[in-house]
Amino acid sequence: MPANLATMAFRFGNGLPSPEGAATDVASMLALLAGPDQITARHKGAGFASVLPMLAKVEETRLAQRQDPSQKPRYIAMLETSDAAAIAGAQVTVARALDNPDGFRERLIRFWADHFSVSARNRREYLLPGTLIEDAIRPHLTGGFADMLQAVTLHPAMLVFLDQVQSVGPASTLGKRRDRGLNENLAREVMELHTLGVEAAYGQQDVRQLAELLTGLALDWSKGFVFDPRRAEPGAETVLGVSYGTDGLEPITQVLSDLAMRPETAGHIARKLVVHFVSDSPDPALVANVRAAYLNTGGDLMAVYSALLEHPAAWVDDAQKARQPYDFIVSSLRALGVTGDALLGAGKRPFRRFVISPLEAMGQSLRGPGGPDGWPEDVADWINPAGLAARINWAMDVPARLIPDLPDPTALAARALGPLASDRLLWAVTRAESVREGVGLVLASAEFNRR
Amino acid sequence: MDRRFFLRGSALIGCSAAAHPFLSSVTLAGADGGHPLGDQRLIVIILRGAMDGLDVVQPVGDPMFARYRPGLSVQPGAADLDGFFALNARLGALMPLWQAGELAFAHAVSTPYRDKRSHFDGQDLLEAGTGMDVPLGAVRDGWLNRLLQVVPGLQAETAYAVGSEAMPLLAGSAPMRSWTPDTALEMSLQNRLLLEAIYHDDPLFQGASSEAMDLAAGQTDGMAAAPAKGNDPARLAEIDALVDFAASRLREDTRIAAFSQNGWDTHRGQVAGIGRSLTRLERTILRLKEQLGPVWRTTTVLAMTEFGRTARENGTNGTDHGTGGVMLMAGGAVRGGKVYGRWPGLAEADLYDQRDLMPTGDVRAYAAWAMAGAYGLDQSVLETAVFPGLDLGDNPKFML
Repeated sequence: MPANLATMAFRFGNGLPSPEGAATDVASMLALLAGPDQITARHKGAGFASVLPMLAKVEETRLAQRQDPSQKPRYIAMLETSDAAAIAGAQVTVARALDNPDGFRERLIRFWADHFSVSARNRREYLLPGTLIEDAIRPHLTGGFADMLQAVTLHPAMLVFLDQVQSVGPASTLGKRRDRGLNENLAREVMELHTLGVEAAYGQQDVRQLAELLTGLALDWSKGFVFDPRRAEPGAETVLGVSYGTDGLEPITQVLSDLAMRPETAGHIARKLVVHFVSDSPDPALVANVRAAYLNTGGDLMAVYSALLEHPAAWVDDAQKARQPYDFIVSSLRALGVTGDALLGAGKRPFRRFVISPLEAMGQSLRGPGGPDGWPEDVADWINPAGLAARINWAMDVPARLIPDLPDPTALAARALGPLASDRLLWAVTRAESVREGVGLVLASAEFNRR
Repeated sequence: MDRRFFLRGSALIGCSAAAHPFLSSVTLAGADGGHPLGDQRLIVIILRGAMDGLDVVQPVGDPMFARYRPGLSVQPGAADLDGFFALNARLGALMPLWQAGELAFAHAVSTPYRDKRSHFDGQDLLEAGTGMDVPLGAVRDGWLNRLLQVVPGLQAETAYAVGSEAMPLLAGSAPMRSWTPDTALEMSLQNRLLLEAIYHDDPLFQGASSEAMDLAAGQTDGMAAAPAKGNDPARLAEIDALVDFAASRLREDTRIAAFSQNGWDTHRGQVAGIGRSLTRLERTILRLKEQLGPVWRTTTVLAMTEFGRTARENGTNGTDHGTGGVMLMAGGAVRGGKVYGRWPGLAEADLYDQRDLMPTGDVRAYAAWAMAGAYGLDQSVLETAVFPGLDLGDNPKFML
């Protein structure tokens, strides 16, 4: 196996061994990505519309037990139903990552889900983050960035997480009647995190104006996303010198589209992509190449990905990054030969024990990063004593609990690392006292945990 | 009860009856109303990492011993066994068993494995119970499972693999069960040294690893757990959990149990390293006796390792991979107070390859004679079905 195939699998995919049908060069990576998203037919996920009845029932029973404490068991039972659905959704996500020959697609989905981070802040919200990915990120992964931005910004999961559902125009019908007002949270993060970046030249007035413009975006527990004119601030708003006049949804989609086309946005997205996939201190030429592709095509994401992959600096095999915990577990399961169907068939209890809980110990809860700014990228944020301890522990303990016959550690090193296995590691695995510990050394090694 | 959850193939090795945890004990009864295997219990402990037999049962009567091991052989407190051999001081609490005739050893024993001295290959052969005439890895079941295969009417409950280590010894077509405790794993010294070695060239991992290994040794399932107790460096609580579970089953319908102990690969700092592992082995046997109660009377414990270590100590106060070693037998069913086997001598010409204790006995033969003694198995069944191709040789008569 050439070294660049291993780099491809580690840096832009879910690791070795390459699944059947995987790309073998940049052209076939891009061709796979430009094709249909086939894995969703094999492992079906749940969008917001399909979980809305369950969420509505949770909300209904929550309100009911506040009036009448004897209703509390119904509320608890609904929460448990919703927990189970959220775990099933997470299992589907991992199963897709295990089985998809188009590993770059799954990694890009993780990237964008992190760029547009939403977290569950309480048990009632466990289902929400997955629906954002299903509805707004996957379908727009290879289209225009403006379309993805729009789908994300109008999605109920985002509206709930960044408080847009609370925001009411002060001069709107509802604002005047109920004395409710504006919440700037979503408007600020759209500019700071999702598009322009914090260093761009925008001011508090732009945030305020965008917040007023976004009023009206709302959630109805019987329908999902709605535009509610009773909350919308009347009149025109000016964002970055452009006036957005008419009422309704149209000026909102227009401002999002304009933000997507800004050169600051191109630079922000280009840098984030390169930092996530290649290096914490990225080669400026690589960032410039991606940014130029973004600007030349008006944010066409396929062109952006091509510019990333086709630049030689993306292939320098210095493995500066660390696999994040989620990627560590996915890659480990793949290396051990665990398939998506086996994972789904094993049920929820082992998934909790061997995936969900360890991810929390490694510092990357499946409920999300908490803040809207996503997970940290720096290797030192992941490879520290506590994080590494949790990885070592998983590597030494979990594989023997998952599969009945552990692989020979030397063979595992060849399969999971190929040319990346150091002589020192190959020397060490034959000296482990047991197969369990030999397997643990391979998965705990620096070369397995870097990318 | 723990199971292996994500199955790669269609075969679920060793867990076929785990889905029926409520099998009635009545169904376990043999034709005469008793258990098909009678009352005798057999417990096999695989000592992974190659235990240094010469340090455990020390041939102090052989003049070469002290010369080969100037650093190791002068450790004080070894207890005299028979005037020629002495027992390592770290097994000292077993001396009452020796005196009561419940503890024996077989010295200068090995499997047929030779020369490559690889832990994994050595353990594969030890657990497959085959000879070198069969390619390594060709036999997928273990000899303890093949024992189950030749006795009709057994249920899964008859045999347990206990602990987090895979037990190829008990894997195979005969139903058996496995159980893994939810206690923290032990981080063996060898494992720690190997982790240090693989992180050596990566400053980031190297910098995080020392503290990480302390933390990892105190975690369960990747979740933060109570840290290891400072006064329990040998992690005896983990031993107790394993032994107590095994004993609870063996007092009922279980007749056979197998588990592993790591921590024997003492390439350096052997006095401390083997000391800690011997403390664990000592605790295992004493705790088994205590927990088994009256059942100890009909119990045989066999502790065996993949190979021994070099006769000479190396340059780092340890020993390297060798050939002949020691096997331990304990229990009320054993004729103890004796070191069995034929001593080959330690003169250079008597060593294997001029470096290792020459094996004069086969560990498989001792295991076979234990099964013959406990379960009345026919010699021909043992030599064909359980250990194909093995010549049992003369009965060493270590079973009562």
